[in-house]
Amino acid sequence: MVDQNNAPASDAPESPAVAPMNMIQALNSALDVKMAEDPDVLSFGEDAGYFGGVFRVTDHLQKKHGLTRSFDAPISECGIVAAAIGMGAYGLRPVVEIQFADYIYPAYDQIVSEAAKLRYRSAGMFTSPITIRSPYGGGIFGGQTHSQSPESLFTHIAGLKVVIPSNPYDAKGLLTAAIEDDDPVIFFEPKRLYNGPFDGWHEKPVSPWKAQELAQVPTGKYLEPIGKARVMKEGSDVTILCYGTMVWVSLAGAEHAGVDAEVIDLRTLVPLDIETIEASVKKTGRCVIVHEAPKTSGFGAELSALVQERCFYHLEAPIARVTGWDTPYPHAFEWEYFPGPERVAEALKATMKGGR
Amino acid sequence: MKKPNTQPLSLRVPEPSGRPGDKPDFSHLKLDAPGAVDRPAVSTAPFDMRDHAFRLVRVLDDDGQAVGPWNPKLDAETLRRGLKAMILTRAFDDRMHRAHRQGKTSFYMKCTGEEAIAVAQGMILSREDMGFPTYRQQGLLIARGYPLVDMMNQIYSNAADPIKGRQLPIMYSSREYGFFTISGNLGTQVPQAVGWAMASAYKGDDRIAISWIGDGATAEGDFHNALTFAAVYRAPVILNVVNNQWAISSFMGIAGGLETTFASKAIGYGLPALRVDGNDFLAVWAATQWAEERARTNQGATVIELFTYRGAPHSTSDDPSRYRPGDEHEKWPLGDPIARLKQHLIALGEWSDAQQEAAEKEAVEQVRAAGRESEAIGTLGQSRPSVKTMFEEVYATEDWRLIEQRREVGV
Repeated sequence: MVDQNNAPASDAPESPAVAPMNMIQALNSALDVKMAEDPDVLSFGEDAGYFGGVFRVTDHLQKKHGLTRSFDAPISECGIVAAAIGMGAYGLRPVVEIQFADYIYPAYDQIVSEAAKLRYRSAGMFTSPITIRSPYGGGIFGGQTHSQSPESLFTHIAGLKVVIPSNPYDAKGLLTAAIEDDDPVIFFEPKRLYNGPFDGWHEKPVSPWKAQELAQVPTGKYLEPIGKARVMKEGSDVTILCYGTMVWVSLAGAEHAGVDAEVIDLRTLVPLDIETIEASVKKTGRCVIVHEAPKTSGFGAELSALVQERCFYHLEAPIARVTGWDTPYPHAFEWEYFPGPERVAEALKATMKGGR
Repeated sequence: MKKPNTQPLSLRVPEPSGRPGDKPDFSHLKLDAPGAVDRPAVSTAPFDMRDHAFRLVRVLDDDGQAVGPWNPKLDAETLRRGLKAMILTRAFDDRMHRAHRQGKTSFYMKCTGEEAIAVAQGMILSREDMGFPTYRQQGLLIARGYPLVDMMNQIYSNAADPIKGRQLPIMYSSREYGFFTISGNLGTQVPQAVGWAMASAYKGDDRIAISWIGDGATAEGDFHNALTFAAVYRAPVILNVVNNQWAISSFMGIAGGLETTFASKAIGYGLPALRVDGNDFLAVWAATQWAEERARTNQGATVIELFTYRGAPHSTSDDPSRYRPGDEHEKWPLGDPIARLKQHLIALGEWSDAQQEAAEKEAVEQVRAAGRESEAIGTLGQSRPSVKTMFEEVYATEDWRLIEQRREVGV
C-alpha cells in the first residue's frame, strides 16, 4: 500500500516554481524539501512534532514524513542537542529546534564542548553535521527570556557556524545549506521577521512579506552559500553592517537620515564574508554596525575590530555601533531598548560629520 | 509569620566511613552472596524487577566457583582471553603511570581494580556497536586489540598520535574500534550515546550503543537527560554507571549514593536496572549480555551499576592518601577482578600459577615492545605533529581566519 503521507513535497506536479512565502513558510519548505530528498534528515524539538512548533516552522512535517522523522522532544535542551550530536556521529543530519534562543543555555555545554569540537578532537573521525534552529531577537514584547540575541556566545566558539537570515528567500536557501553543511550550524531565526519585514517604526502598521521581492521563494531546492553577505542596498556615504531584523531597521534608518548608505546583510557571522565588508568600507570610508544584542563583547565589537584592522587608512570617522543596551532585555521599555531607525539615523548623521 | 521547628534545622554533609589514618570500614555494605540474585527474563517489565536495583548480581564465589542463575557459562578460551586482556590493561597502566613519573608525558589515569568492566563489555559488544566511554575504559580498546603503540602515541602527543596532539593524554578516539572520542566534560557522552542509539533505531539498523559514566558524574544533568530520552524513545543502549566509590576526593555519598544505589535511579525513569559486582568478570559479562539482548530485541535501554573500587589515584595529579585510608583498596570486600578470574580458571583446571606468571610477563613484554616503538617516535616534547595541523579540522574546510592565523604562525 502506498503511504500517501510519505509522498515527497517536491513531487507535487502542480507546484509553481516560485511562490510568495513568509519566513515561517520558507523555513518549513526548506525542511520539507530536504526531508523528502534525504532520509537521513530528521527534525525534532519541543512541540515541534505533532503540533508543528509554537511558531509553525515544522508544521505538517510529521503528517507528511512520518512520526519518526519529525517528532516531539522532552523539555530538555541539553538532551535535544546531545541526542542530535549522537545522531550526527552515527551519520544522520538532524535539525533540532530550541524553542527560544533564550533557552539554548542548558545546551551550551553540549554545543561548545561537544558539537563544536568533535571533528577537531577526534581528528575528523567523528563529526557533528547538525543544525540547531532557534527563534531569536526582540521587538515583540518578549521581555527578558523571549527576546535575547545570544549570537556572540557562539561566534566566539571555534568549530561552530552561525547563520542569521533576514528574509524568506535567504531563510530557505541558508537553512538548506546549513542542513547540508558538514559542520554544526547555529541557525538563529529573527522571530520579529517571521510574518513580515520589520523596520523598527513600531507605531506604523507592519507590511506583509508578499510585497517584498525576497519573499518570492522557489518551491524546490536551492542553496544560499554560507559565508556570503548580501548587499541589500548599494550606497557611497557609509557602510552599515547588520543582520537579522536590523537589516530592515538599518534600511529605514538610512532613509530617515537621508544618507546614501550601503547596507550589508551579513547573513552568516561565522564564517564571515570579510571581502564584501572590506571592499565596502574602503569604498565608503565610514562604518556603522547595528545589532540588537547588548554592546559589550557583542558581535559588533568583532566587526569593529576587523574593520579597524583592515580599513584603518580608509576610515574618515570612528566606527559607530548601534546596539541593545548592556542590560537584560526589558519588557515595558521595549522601544527604548530596541535599536530603532531613529538611533541608526543619529549614528549615521554623526558618522557623516566625523564622529560623535 | 515564621513557623518554629521542634528542633533547629541543621545541614547534613555526607562523610565517608574512613579518612586517612582510619581503619577501612565496609561493614555498612550489604553484599548479596554469589548466586543469590535471580535472573529475570529479558522481557521483564522494569516495574517488576525493582529489587534488582538494590541487590548485587555476583557469580564467582570465594572459592572461584561460578554459581547461580547469572553464570554465563563461558568457555575456557573466552575466560583466558578476558583474563589476558585484564592483565595487559594493568600492565599498560603501570607502564604509562611510570612514564608520567619519568617525565615522558604530562598526565595519565589508571583503571586499577576496574579492568573487568571495560574488558568484558568490550568483548561482548562488537566494534560495529558504538561505545561512549569515559577516560577510565581503556580496557575496551585493549580487549579489542587496538594497537598499544597508538595508545602510547596519543599519550605522548607525538608525530604518530592518531588525534594529532590535540587532546590531553588518554582522551582516545577510534571509530574503527567502536570507541567514541573522549571528552573532558563529564557526562556529556551519555545522552549522545542515547542519540546514537536512537539513530540506529531510526534507520532500522542492528547496532546498539553503550555508555559509561562514573558515580560522581551521575550528578550531572546530562545523566538525567540521557535516562529520560532513553526511556521516552526506547533507545537501544546500555547505560553503565561505574560506581568506584570515589570521584577524585569525594566519596560516592556526595553524588547522592548514600541512602540509595545508583542503579535505583533508573527506576524513576521506567528503565530496568541491574546492580552488579564490577570485580566479577562473569557477573559483568552476564549482566551486559542481558542488557544487550534487551537492546537488540528492541525492548530498550538498561542501566547497569557496576559496583567496584577505584584502586589507583584518580590521576597522576592526585594523592588519595590525603582523603582516604591508605589500605582501603586492599580491604575492599569484592577483591580484585584479575585475582578472582585467575582463581576461577585455576579452579576449572584451565589455568595455573605458572601460566599466570607467564601471561603477566608476556603482557609486560608486549607493553615494553610497544613502548620502545612509540618512544622511538618520541615522547612529549620530543616529537609532535606538524604545527600546521593545529589549524586543521576545526571545520571541514579552513576559513580565511584560520588560513591567516596559520600564516601568522608561519606554517
